[in-house]
Amino acid sequence: MIRALATASLTAALLLGGNAHAIEYTQVDTAASTLGFRYTQMGVTLDGRFRQFTATLAYDPTRPDAARTVFEVPIAGIDTGAEEGNAEVKGKDWFNLAAHPLARFESTAVTVRAPNRLDVTGTLTIKGRSRTVTLPVEVDTSAQRVRFKGSLALRRADYAIGEGDWAAEDIVAGNVQVDVVLVATPAGKP
Amino acid sequence: MTSRYTPTAIALHWLIALGIAGSFALGLYMHELPLSPTKLKLYSWHKWAGVTLFVLALLRLGWRITHPAPPLPAHMPAALRKASHVTHWLLYALMFAIPLSGWLMSSALGFQTVWFGVLPLPDLVPKDKALGDALRAVHEVLNFTLLALVGVHTAAALKHHFIDRDTVLTRMLPRGARS
Repeated sequence: MIRALATASLTAALLLGGNAHAIEYTQVDTAASTLGFRYTQMGVTLDGRFRQFTATLAYDPTRPDAARTVFEVPIAGIDTGAEEGNAEVKGKDWFNLAAHPLARFESTAVTVRAPNRLDVTGTLTIKGRSRTVTLPVEVDTSAQRVRFKGSLALRRADYAIGEGDWAAEDIVAGNVQVDVVLVATPAGKP
Repeated sequence: MTSRYTPTAIALHWLIALGIAGSFALGLYMHELPLSPTKLKLYSWHKWAGVTLFVLALLRLGWRITHPAPPLPAHMPAALRKASHVTHWLLYALMFAIPLSGWLMSSALGFQTVWFGVLPLPDLVPKDKALGDALRAVHEVLNFTLLALVGVHTAAALKHHFIDRDTVLTRMLPRGARS
């Protein structure tokens, strides 16, 4: 009797395990996902964000290194935290919105650093300048959804964000931190 | 000797007067500028000056409470004595209210105040654009009230010196500047 139960539960566990294999998270929940950034001017830290962006994802928890993602971010949706700043950064010296309306990130490789911790490497393109970057990402997975949380420290000069008078880094600091949260649900379960 | 202010009171008076004049002029100038690195720098300097003036005003109030002002000249009528006291205490109130309104305004507009880029002051109000705009209006009204009071204060000091020919002005002048 006890052996029969044990066998049954083992079988169930294997079956469930087999089921988990099939889950692939591909439906990005844009309402729950965020793309923010943190910058510093005259020693004061300010928070900004992008109001809209689209992202695609293919993530199978059993094969995290095969994960892929692409972000497209319309610069027009930038919120620097102040109206005056929002108008300014769309200009030529900053993002040059007219010539480069989109920023883009496309992953090229994902490595598992530790359980639930990934390093996502990809190409980040802003203002027509492309760089290879690596984001450390934390993963929180449940049956209903997966949540990725990543941070990237970038130098705005690498993308010519803030040229001319703004290039000096003593007033607006050269380092900018980008914080991303991506939430997705399994395929077919929006 | 009781007819003069103490050297500390004199130093604080003129230091604060200079600071107020500078910050007021800077505030008038900077708020019309188009956004630029210079504007961000000037705003920070203005905010640092404001916090500094607030601290100096605190020291000054403490000094004033522990070291009473020399008495007003005997020839002054009661109404003018009253006016003099009211003006002086209003000036004190504004020395606190103006930096305070600027600090709150800055917080409400989403820009924390970091004194000299080193010491962050807490944001006492949340980021709220409508509140920020209201506080900006308060900051402006308080400043022009201060300008009017400084005008009255200066005119009164000159009247004491040139018309009444008493020591009300000279007792606040540094020793070397006495005529």
